[in-house]
Amino acid sequence: MYSLPRMAQPTSTSFEHDAAYPQHRERARQDILGGFGRWRLAWVLARTDITHRYRGSVLGPLWVTISTAVMLISLGFLYAKLFQIDVTIYLPWLAVSLIVWNMMSQAVTEACSSITSAEYVVRQMPLPYSVHALRTVFRNAVVSAHNLPLIAVVFLIFGVVPGWGALMAIPGLILLAINIFWASLLLGMLCARFRDIPPIVGSIMQIAFFLTPVIWKPELIEGAQVWLPLNPFFAIMETMRGPMMGTGAPWTVWLAAILYTGIVWAVAQMFFTRFRNRVAFWV
Amino acid sequence: MAHIEAEGLAIEYPLYHHNARSLKRRLMGGTPRRLKEDLSNRVVVAALRDLTFTIERGERVALIGPNGAGKSTLLRTVAGIYEPVAGKLRVEGEIGSLIDPAAGMEALATGRENIILRGLYRGMSEREAEAMAEEVVAFADLGEFIDVQIRGYSAGMQVRLSFALATAMMPEILLMDEWFLAGDAQFMSRAEERLKQLVTGADILMLATHDMGTVRRWCTRVIRIEGGMIVEDGSVEEVLGATSP
Repeated sequence: MYSLPRMAQPTSTSFEHDAAYPQHRERARQDILGGFGRWRLAWVLARTDITHRYRGSVLGPLWVTISTAVMLISLGFLYAKLFQIDVTIYLPWLAVSLIVWNMMSQAVTEACSSITSAEYVVRQMPLPYSVHALRTVFRNAVVSAHNLPLIAVVFLIFGVVPGWGALMAIPGLILLAINIFWASLLLGMLCARFRDIPPIVGSIMQIAFFLTPVIWKPELIEGAQVWLPLNPFFAIMETMRGPMMGTGAPWTVWLAAILYTGIVWAVAQMFFTRFRNRVAFWV
Repeated sequence: MAHIEAEGLAIEYPLYHHNARSLKRRLMGGTPRRLKEDLSNRVVVAALRDLTFTIERGERVALIGPNGAGKSTLLRTVAGIYEPVAGKLRVEGEIGSLIDPAAGMEALATGRENIILRGLYRGMSEREAEAMAEEVVAFADLGEFIDVQIRGYSAGMQVRLSFALATAMMPEILLMDEWFLAGDAQFMSRAEERLKQLVTGADILMLATHDMGTVRRWCTRVIRIEGGMIVEDGSVEEVLGATSP
């Protein structure tokens, strides 16, 4: 009476685990490919995360937009006064700065819990770990999609026209997404193994917020400005902020940003390849 | 062709997030059987030690043994979740694991959303998952509750949904923990038929259980595990004795 449909694809298929030949490289490659092959799952999970975060709230994710707007207005007028910059010049710049920074800092913080928050799934189901990293990327993309339009609103109010050069912010966004993906794997694994890392990352991000020109303009440190690309957060941020402000980003910034992305990628891939098979024991 | 082959298989859990120092003191004191120090001075639990067995197509194997013997660990290893620290494991065939029915359930999502999510976890497309949803909804018989968040379900309803979800598949190798035996009597009588189809339809069944009635009923072979090692392996009669309960 109840006929069972043959599973389209089972939980997992044939495999061979041999402790003498761990095949780290091949397994890591399969994991990443498998994870991208299942982007739909990651996308649905990311969407579920967002709906749960704002469950029962009337405005839902719009609260992100509202709180950013409030912060913008209060900081904008205060610091325009402190730095003695015209508000009509400072506020649009701060809007881009803050929104891009929030995007980065939130992503780094969430990268730390990419694996531990899926602890239950990791221990019960064979699933590529990269799915969890992809979930973090998608979740942050959705949150950012609620913030980025705010930039357009501020530009409209203050009559800022960035021009077509603003499209160069897109490669910047892609660089950021690549960084978030690999950071989610690296930090996710590290934080699963060493539970002291999330608070450390938290304090680093807080310090970085003040050391990176987010609320202060890079021009304010005359002379030292050329050294700014040494700050990875600055380099990555500037690849998006520069184009959006219509000034573009200098090649040094692009070079630095690509270099840092490459480093994050390489380190994360190495770590992932070596320790992927230990993750189930760490959570 | 479904086939499971283990050779000298060992799994060790490092105890990372415990008080390692006090554990080490205990290690030096007594003569522990399963806690030990590994090469890098970590305290590890030897969950499975030197398991060698072969399971061929058509065998229905019961894993028995006291709590903490390593039954669930073995199921998870065969499912591909844990990779061995020593030895070799080869699993051929499509694997379906029913180790924890609640794995991947989102308490804040509705029954229907959870069904779709489970489908995606299993690697289905959204359309296939929706087709599965229809079937699961019909079997779980939750009525209008299917569109309610599952945290509002009674325990019985949760079991019904879990069961319907878990059994909406037909793998070649079926790994089961004994959770599915919990359920209200009325539902279990309905579930019976389906469980039978699933168990007899699979090429290989591995079932971790404490209930010898279940073993005699479903299984053809028994592996008794104690302290992470196989202590007995043979036909049901050989291991449990010929007396029927």
